[in-house]
Amino acid sequence: MIVELGHFALTLAFAVALFQAVVPLVGAGRGWADWMRAAAPAAVMQFLLIGFAFAALVHAFVTLDFSVRIVAEHSNSQIPVLYRVSGTWGNHEGSMLLLVLILALFGATVAAFGRDLPLGLKARALSVQSMIAAAFTAFILFTSNPFDRLSPAPLDGNDLNPLLQDIGLAIHPPFLYLGYVGLSMVFSFAVAALIEGKVDAAWARWVRPWTLMAWVMLTIGIALGSYWAYYELGWGGWWFWDPVENASFMPWLVAGALLHSAIVVEKRNALKAWTILLAILAFSLSLVGIFIVRSGVLTSVHAFANDPARGVFILAILGVTIIGSLTLFAWRAPAMRSEGLFQPVSREGGLILNNLLLAVAAAVVFTGTLAPLVREFIDGAKISVGAPFFELAFTPFMVLVIVAMPLGSLLPWKRGDLGRVMARLWWAAAAALALGGVVWGLQSGEALLAPVGLALAAWLILGVFVEIGARIGLPRASPGTALGRLVRLPRADWGKFLAHGGFGLSVMGIAAVTAWEVEDIRLASPGESYMLGGYEIHFDSVSDGQGPNYLYQRGHFTVFRDGEVVAVMEPEKRLYPVQGQPTTEAAIDMGLTRDLYLVLGDKQTTGDAWVVRAYLKPLANWIWLGALVMAIGGLVSLTDRRYRVGAAARRARPAPVAAE
Amino acid sequence: MTTKKTRRIQMMVLGAVLLGASALLVSFAFRDAIVFFFSPTELLAEQRRPDQLLRVGGLVVTGSLVRGESETATATFEITDGNATVAVSFTGVLPDLFAEGQGVVTEGYLRDGAFVATEVLAKHDENYIPREVVQALKAQGHWEGEEDAGADTGAGGGSDPYGG
Repeated sequence: MIVELGHFALTLAFAVALFQAVVPLVGAGRGWADWMRAAAPAAVMQFLLIGFAFAALVHAFVTLDFSVRIVAEHSNSQIPVLYRVSGTWGNHEGSMLLLVLILALFGATVAAFGRDLPLGLKARALSVQSMIAAAFTAFILFTSNPFDRLSPAPLDGNDLNPLLQDIGLAIHPPFLYLGYVGLSMVFSFAVAALIEGKVDAAWARWVRPWTLMAWVMLTIGIALGSYWAYYELGWGGWWFWDPVENASFMPWLVAGALLHSAIVVEKRNALKAWTILLAILAFSLSLVGIFIVRSGVLTSVHAFANDPARGVFILAILGVTIIGSLTLFAWRAPAMRSEGLFQPVSREGGLILNNLLLAVAAAVVFTGTLAPLVREFIDGAKISVGAPFFELAFTPFMVLVIVAMPLGSLLPWKRGDLGRVMARLWWAAAAALALGGVVWGLQSGEALLAPVGLALAAWLILGVFVEIGARIGLPRASPGTALGRLVRLPRADWGKFLAHGGFGLSVMGIAAVTAWEVEDIRLASPGESYMLGGYEIHFDSVSDGQGPNYLYQRGHFTVFRDGEVVAVMEPEKRLYPVQGQPTTEAAIDMGLTRDLYLVLGDKQTTGDAWVVRAYLKPLANWIWLGALVMAIGGLVSLTDRRYRVGAAARRARPAPVAAE
Repeated sequence: MTTKKTRRIQMMVLGAVLLGASALLVSFAFRDAIVFFFSPTELLAEQRRPDQLLRVGGLVVTGSLVRGESETATATFEITDGNATVAVSFTGVLPDLFAEGQGVVTEGYLRDGAFVATEVLAKHDENYIPREVVQALKAQGHWEGEEDAGADTGAGGGSDPYGG
């Protein structure tokens, strides 16, 4: 019954979404205030209805109602409760419902907190947002109904894919969707501004927090996915340049560019048309990502339900969105007048360089991701485009981004002087080069990757410290004054320092792990010992056992260094009997300087030896640590008073005293 | 001195330079850094350079898998598309969903008529057969699944709808 009510609520939500898409837009065009005001209650209504539908589905999953088709297919009575809940979005239908829920949530957020938004802009933005929600609700209702019943209902379910029974993957999709959908809100504001023909600092102040939020969520979502692949899949890698990974990476790059260009709109009243274009592109790439994931047109390590009807439906949404918004852009953008004048060497110039580099890098990823599709269409050859392509074509642009970052950050608005900036940065550059030189010397002239990568990372991180110094007037100011200034720096600045520094940490981890990873694959029998990069690995034994809903074989290893026990590691091979699916649980001894990573492979056909794969991964954790710091930077920036959602409403409040 | 027009020209020149550089890098990378996929029939039909990285995919021949035969943890198995069969050797840990009779894609080099795999690609879902493999089987008339590139033959849906 609740399930049917959920379905009914979703159908009603579709009707509300259509209403919300049309009425406020017409009202804004005609200047009818009451029609425009209809947007906000409709948005809240839509959210409540979809919220109810989603709650009904969660209820079906938690109570294990196997008469619901997707519950029967993706859950099981043996599953721990957490994964019963996360099973709701651990499948195609449920995850689309989650997506629509977040779309409606953001619409309702703007409706509820956007009291100071100009009525017309708010009505139009909510209308566009509702068009997107209506399209995806229709997609669910017509191609992917999560409320389908099975008759007769099976006694037990088919189990959630064991690889998804993991805390990282339980929370990874919600974060990604918050990111994708956050960009939809930015898109809605961009289209609304195009219709209005007006982009100003107030608009940018509304758009920036949404972009920032979307970017933070994408950062966390991507990092979680990467981390999950690292510890759960057991192949020891953390990024595969897989189409589905790229699908989330492209919007992240463009959102990063948008984040920076919106600053120029806000502070300098320039780059308006470009910012609007980036907003359109960022969301379009999110849609491309959804299309790639759901249609299965590209071969990926991720497995998909290949229902052609779904692919076509999303392609239609994608086509209408991109063609519609770009047509509108071509028509209205020339009216966007930018005002702020600036020299090429200036903060604005630096931000433009950042934007161009990130956009071109996203274009390279896009080309590589879609190339197999294009190539097969042209001459039928099946190709795969993997890491070598991206390392060659993508990395150079990132290197340029990194080189330019500390310089651009220190340039003043309007007109800058590179000589003066270098006068501050020279010691950071010298230290970075020295580090690179030392590393190069120590590893006796091998690949340049490690020295160059580490030097770039050091340049970024030291650059942040130089910038902090510059902001608080060091070295001239007295320590007391400097400290006072340090405490009073706006949150947005701290956000910038953290985000840039975090990027440096990630680069350091990537360079170190790529250049210095030690891998060892061998046959080993219980009782045997061997060395790996200074660590002695002792293979003690293998034991059998049973987990909550799986059987396992567990390897017992003791790792020594200089005779001392460093770690006891227990990699597992699991078998989930419901689906008959085996999984590999790597054992990872994490550390700030290195990860030890052990995988138990298959037993030899004859004899008692096992395939054992061991890695020593220097600085591996810095990759995700850096991503976390970046995300925290974004959040800190988001709490800056100036960008708080509805900040203008609270401007009457006295400024908080920052000094304590 | 810097008018809006000259600034716009500067931006365009910079954009054009970067786009040109990316086009150059991309075309360079396309020549050297992409990997072609072949079915066993296609793979053996032509001479292949022993240093060319290739992908080959098909079904793992039932009864052909020998795990950890030598001291070096090398597994051997055969891949077929129903017409031709190629022997594959792989040193490492086979992915969880690797099994005889299942679809598989391997990446590596063809040396003396045998395929030396550097990677055996893992799939997340036991019902998933790589699209290329489906097409390779179809080309040999050995595909018995649904007409559409039916990677999904089982419980009504791939189980991993996630990006990232």
